[in-house]
Amino acid sequence: MLSITTFVIVSIIKSVIAILLLLTAVAYTVWLERKVVGHIQNRWGPTRVGPFGLLQPLADGLKFILKEDLTPPHVYKPLYIAAPMIAVIFAITSISLIPIGNWVSIAGIHTPLEITDVNIGLLIILGITSMGVYGVALAGWSSNSKYSLLGGLRASAQMVSYEISLGLSLVGVLIMAGSFSLRTIVDAQGGTFWGFIPRWNVFHGQEVAFFVYLMSAFAETNRVPFDLPEAETELVAGYHTEYSAMKFAMFFMAEYANMITVACLATLLFLGGWHGPLFGPPLLQGILPVFWFVLKVFCFLFLYIWVRGTLPRFRYDQLMAFAWKFLFPLAVANLAITGLIVALRS
Amino acid sequence: MKPDSYISHLELGEKDETFLDSNELIINMGPQHPATHGVLRVILKLDGEKVLGTECVIGYLHRGVEKIAENRTYTMFNPYVDRMDYVAAVSNGLGYCEAVEKLLNVEAPPRAKYIRVILTELNRITSHQLWLGTHALDIGAITPLFYTFRDREEILKIFEKYCGARLTTHAFRIGGCQYETYEGFEQDVKKFLDFFKPKIDEYEELLTTNRIWVERTKGVGLISGKECIALGVTGPVLRASGVRWDIRKAQPYAAYSDFQFEIPIGQNGDTYDRYLVRMAEMRQSVRIIEQAVGGIPEGPIMAKVPKVLKPPVGEIYHSIEAPKGELGYFIVSDGSTQPYRLRVRPPSFVNLQALDMMVRGQLVADVIAVIGTLDIVLGEVDR
Repeated sequence: MLSITTFVIVSIIKSVIAILLLLTAVAYTVWLERKVVGHIQNRWGPTRVGPFGLLQPLADGLKFILKEDLTPPHVYKPLYIAAPMIAVIFAITSISLIPIGNWVSIAGIHTPLEITDVNIGLLIILGITSMGVYGVALAGWSSNSKYSLLGGLRASAQMVSYEISLGLSLVGVLIMAGSFSLRTIVDAQGGTFWGFIPRWNVFHGQEVAFFVYLMSAFAETNRVPFDLPEAETELVAGYHTEYSAMKFAMFFMAEYANMITVACLATLLFLGGWHGPLFGPPLLQGILPVFWFVLKVFCFLFLYIWVRGTLPRFRYDQLMAFAWKFLFPLAVANLAITGLIVALRS
Repeated sequence: MKPDSYISHLELGEKDETFLDSNELIINMGPQHPATHGVLRVILKLDGEKVLGTECVIGYLHRGVEKIAENRTYTMFNPYVDRMDYVAAVSNGLGYCEAVEKLLNVEAPPRAKYIRVILTELNRITSHQLWLGTHALDIGAITPLFYTFRDREEILKIFEKYCGARLTTHAFRIGGCQYETYEGFEQDVKKFLDFFKPKIDEYEELLTTNRIWVERTKGVGLISGKECIALGVTGPVLRASGVRWDIRKAQPYAAYSDFQFEIPIGQNGDTYDRYLVRMAEMRQSVRIIEQAVGGIPEGPIMAKVPKVLKPPVGEIYHSIEAPKGELGYFIVSDGSTQPYRLRVRPPSFVNLQALDMMVRGQLVADVIAVIGTLDIVLGEVDR
């Protein structure tokens, strides 16, 4: 056990590192998206700022800070200002419970690679991400503009609907691991079948759950083909039509932070977390788990961007039908079957 | 102007302020909206996401083209027509030149007619490419736009080599063409056709069987052939509703009677059929160009027309099949050097009438799809 002082100091250090890491990841996810979509579309993407446009996120950040922060006269101010903050705060908070690797020992302190290991980690993450809906819904309402209102309505209905399938798709995994702790869930996925197929949940009877999770995750984060709340060709910019400068940037950051959160969750719950082949000297063995984790998250993010470059957008009624008539029954069926098999085995 | 002066026919209720406390939402789409293809303003009456009625407000791009014609000589007015449907400028020029030629009773020489057909069909392809890119973008597929614009560039390069301009080409003159084809014109066109044929398949691969695309377009913006005829809707919209009407076949002009091609038609009159019809039209255009470019006859490119054009007193209506539908020119001549009255029958303007009928009872997202599928150009709607 650590002493209280050490625990506090270590926690603060880890929090700062986690926030910095997340913000950098957000910035470079944006860069990656622009680059990948650019190449899909026969363009270069950012090339001007730094090598391969790598400093583009910095330039964008600077631009957002320097832009005039307009507040339209017709908005309901308190909520108008609070909404982007709510969105970004909850988006960033959820990262605190995500473990990115195994326990490490640095200078005699044995600590997990996450801010804190909670035994109901997954529940807290789900709770926090659902709070993000408030940011979007309040932004749409407080803007007092018709397009924003439509966007906000669409967003809240969509996020609430898909959250149910998302939650249900995770229950199968929970039953298999028998715990809410993300660390335990990942530990349960170690090892291989017949020496070459990893025992990740996605190869271990949770294929359907992974599919449901994938679809719901796209919808939860308002990404193509479910990007209706901000469908720019229909609703101008949806719920953030009236936002500019840093307030807009906050929604933008929240969206990408949410993307990273669901990518991390997918990795932890279905893709075996930090499990992967370990080899080489002890130092390399220490770094490899983190590398595997980051690689899996990257692949998931790449899939997101790839889909954006490929697919058109659903219509509102089709989106709802898809959630309630297809994903929801599928998730329930998966849950029932998983439960049955686990019960029979024990 | 107060918005409610426009929405009289939308049956809002008696009181002016009713829409503030009623359940219906009046929303202004445009003139600055990313998906109205320019400066179209559509007033939507919504019940939630459902469209109860629409009203188009146009005129934001009105330049008085028809009035300008009355103060210009026939030759001077020629470049103005390019500015109406600026994505199909060559077609506009062809329609105008042929109308005036008919009025003057001259005929362009066969060589000029072939060149006209080649350029007009190339222009039809560019117009359809632009439609495809923007229509897909409206429905949320962002990638086809870049592909179509990449390939459209090759046609614009041919235009540029031929007459120096890329968009508003002013390629034709009354009585024929001003420019002889440049060295290597045939090779360039043939090269483009070889390059372009697989590209159509590439577009179709992205969209035709895409589940989301099909769901977004099938059964959306339904209009029957009868309704099309009643509203005067022409072009691919009419053909997708199952009416086999193409002026290139019905009243052949230029050299179209020399070529073999089919008129693609649809059955359901929905957005998906209109998409398929336009895709098939691109293939037919390729077919026409292939035939024309192989057999350009020798000879002069200008008919004998006087330096000062003074058509005899009379009136003429001449229409051609522009990429968007029937483009007609009605010219009244009083025997002077300037038209007494010139009226353009723009396909975009007439087709836009169908918008309300097509979107009533559908969802907001469908309005966008229908505006895209009508393929309007506001420069032509407003003139």
